Amino acid sequence: MISQLSWKVGGQQGEGIESTGEIFSIALNRLGYYLYGYRHFSSRIKGGHTNNKIRVSTTQVRSIADDLDILVAFDQESIDFNFHELRDGGIVIADSKFNPTIPEGSNVTLYAVPFTDIATNLGTSLMKNMVAVGASSAVLDLDIGVYQEVVEEIFGRKGQQVVEKNMEAIRAGAQFMKEQLGDSIQTMKLEKADGKKRMYMIGNDAIALGALAGGARFMAAYPITPASEIMEYLIKKLPALGGAVIQTEDEIAACTMAIGANYAGVRTLTASAGPGLSLMMEAIGLAGITETPVVIVDTQRGGPSTGLPTKQEQSDLMAIIYGTHGEIPKIVMAPSTVQEAFYDMVEAFNLAEEYQCPVIVLSDLQLSLGKQTVEPLEYDKIEIRRGKLVKGELPQLENKGYFKRYEVTEDGISPRVLPGMPNGIHHVTGVEHDETGKPSEVAANRKTQMDKRLRKLKHVRFNTPVHKNVKHEEADLLIIGFNSTRGAIEEAIGRLELDGLKVNHAHIRLIHPFPTEEVSPLVQSAKKVVVVEHNATGQLANLLKMNVGHADKIYSVLKYDGNPFLPHEVHTKCKELFQ
Amino acid sequence: MATFKDFRNNVKPNWCPGCGDFSVQAAIQRAAANVGLEPHQLAVISGIGCSGRISGYIHSYGFHGIHGRALPIAQGVKMANRDLTVIAAGGDGDGFAIGMGHTIHAIRRNIDITYIVMDNQIYGLTKGQTSPRSDVGFKTKSTPQGSVEPALSIMEMALSAGATFVAQSFSSDLKELTHLIEEGIKHKGFSLINVFSPCVTYNKVNTYDWFKENLVNLSTIEGYDPSDRDIAMQTLMKHKGLVTGLIYQNKEQKSYQDLIHGYSETPLAHADLQLSKEKFDELISEFM
Repeated sequence: MISQLSWKVGGQQGEGIESTGEIFSIALNRLGYYLYGYRHFSSRIKGGHTNNKIRVSTTQVRSIADDLDILVAFDQESIDFNFHELRDGGIVIADSKFNPTIPEGSNVTLYAVPFTDIATNLGTSLMKNMVAVGASSAVLDLDIGVYQEVVEEIFGRKGQQVVEKNMEAIRAGAQFMKEQLGDSIQTMKLEKADGKKRMYMIGNDAIALGALAGGARFMAAYPITPASEIMEYLIKKLPALGGAVIQTEDEIAACTMAIGANYAGVRTLTASAGPGLSLMMEAIGLAGITETPVVIVDTQRGGPSTGLPTKQEQSDLMAIIYGTHGEIPKIVMAPSTVQEAFYDMVEAFNLAEEYQCPVIVLSDLQLSLGKQTVEPLEYDKIEIRRGKLVKGELPQLENKGYFKRYEVTEDGISPRVLPGMPNGIHHVTGVEHDETGKPSEVAANRKTQMDKRLRKLKHVRFNTPVHKNVKHEEADLLIIGFNSTRGAIEEAIGRLELDGLKVNHAHIRLIHPFPTEEVSPLVQSAKKVVVVEHNATGQLANLLKMNVGHADKIYSVLKYDGNPFLPHEVHTKCKELFQ
Repeated sequence: MATFKDFRNNVKPNWCPGCGDFSVQAAIQRAAANVGLEPHQLAVISGIGCSGRISGYIHSYGFHGIHGRALPIAQGVKMANRDLTVIAAGGDGDGFAIGMGHTIHAIRRNIDITYIVMDNQIYGLTKGQTSPRSDVGFKTKSTPQGSVEPALSIMEMALSAGATFVAQSFSSDLKELTHLIEEGIKHKGFSLINVFSPCVTYNKVNTYDWFKENLVNLSTIEGYDPSDRDIAMQTLMKHKGLVTGLIYQNKEQKSYQDLIHGYSETPLAHADLQLSKEKFDELISEFM
């Protein structure tokens, strides 16, 4: 019996690889296993190798596994491309149709299963993925009955006959595989899971759901990988709440439309990836100087330019913080798990209105598209705070005076009224302006208004600016990361501790303004600091040096080949520092 | 009831004496009062350039954004609060050069806002460069040998893009301009009003006199029918776009807000932000 295994399905894009992984993982989720799924795909619709790697465990997992137990292959390329990941004793289950072969001399067993033939005999070769699901389940010794519900949900609208045929395909695959396995069936039998109901979702689902829970009722966005799922979810859900999503002509329109809607009082977001964020920079500056709340999601991918559009990277960090010309108040958050992505989105809308500034929620491809098991989200934790939004009646303005929308206050935050309110008339402009919003180039006013705007960020209240796992007062090593690297870092820390090192972990969740007070003591009490990040220049490490100092003991572990960190990579690189 | 004086504020425009934009300012103020608006019910969203300053010269809510982006901001405002009257305004550079992508898509999206372009065929605030509306041969600082790029036929372009309200006017004709803005505000959908608004400082060719000589008012064309798109297109081509009046209006087409599924009939800005527990549980269960 094992408590954890890693399974991968590979084939040509557009061949149903997705649904094989979907059905397999949904069933496992219903049984109460913790899952982590990551897709390898390319920027094309049909053809080209694609795979979906799923880790199954009886405890929470947040990283891709180092190796592979089971590879399901629909073509020889899938074997050739992924074989190196298989551990000693691993197995390949491949469609016998293409006469699969594996390299000689390896300690891996190949099972050729007639996926296509079994499916064709049952009615259509399209069901070959179901045969593969059945075969996989036999290896894990799963009760096939769990698929009944899942298959009904997916194929129910096509009729009971289709449901039954698909179930037959699963059963046939399982039966064939059982006979092949014979006595070796016990080697990958999974321990029973707790059977608890949990959510299984990608980061983008959580971001979109968090936006809904956070009161967003409008979205303006332009499609882009890996952000589109956010708008697609909201297109499905917002109409029932009276809201809408507009697919704009470009990202500039998306951002400025979101600014217009927020100015007029609706919580509105836009979401994009690096290329879109580059186009939004001028608009973000406008939101900054006009003190208009707006929430922008950046799902980072490989850059620059079109870069690696379907691959993991974390290289937008500096651009997001400093990309806008001029200086504005801006909040940048970076959730590291799907749960955090949900709660952070709710909070992003609160902070945007409380501090009246743009809030950028950073994600990365691995967090946005990686699918993970999520402990129940709590309704009672959802809180809506609208800051200094003025409600109720306003005193009459004398002599066509304007409402002091940019009144200089101690905390820098001014009362905010929405267009449509009687006696709230004021001007809004991206030109430097006075307290009523009227353009002003007066030197003293410029300084007063700049100071007022920037003062707002002096005391940003964010519940957990740093996720900390600090077990040691004095540590040999402090590992720092942000966004999706959390899982790989956590696993690496477990192994480093077994190696005898004292390791602390700080995952930065509030990127800007940088939580110096929280991070500084951790850096001071560590002999060495390693910043793990997916870029080539060590952007977070530089940010750390800038804010905390101690450049002489800060090291970088970088990966920018498009693939997410594996735990063993972080482990090995960190260990090298102590040899 | 508000009068046009209630839409005046105490800011002195920084436009040159004689600038065509003064009339546009006055026409918006009159039209707003004539259709029965109170100042707080109007939001003027403008772009960048001399004309972009107009949102600061009208006593109403005003948003002076970034160059070329008045339309997406204005559409966002309208989507957030459908009870507001939203006027977007800017120059020909703003709308037909840097913002052209937004103009075409705002036309085809047909959200119920009014877009007033102050078209002076030149870049004024940057001190005299060519515009997409400058004629071939027009000499400017950026085209010292004369422009070789043809001027955009903007009214024809609007018709091609599926506009439901297309009008053109001239700063000197305050009465007609005011009337057209009123009609634009009343129109249920996107209304485009291009106004020839002479730049007295940098455009010495397309002057008030030049327009008086060259413009043809559609009321002088016998039997002109603004509901006929074919005739509108033919007339524009025949007169090289130099016509004034209501060129085309489609009263049948519903606005974007009335077409999209589920969109709230009351302003979204007044919506309750809290999800009900029941709705939350329903959404959560879909991921289990």
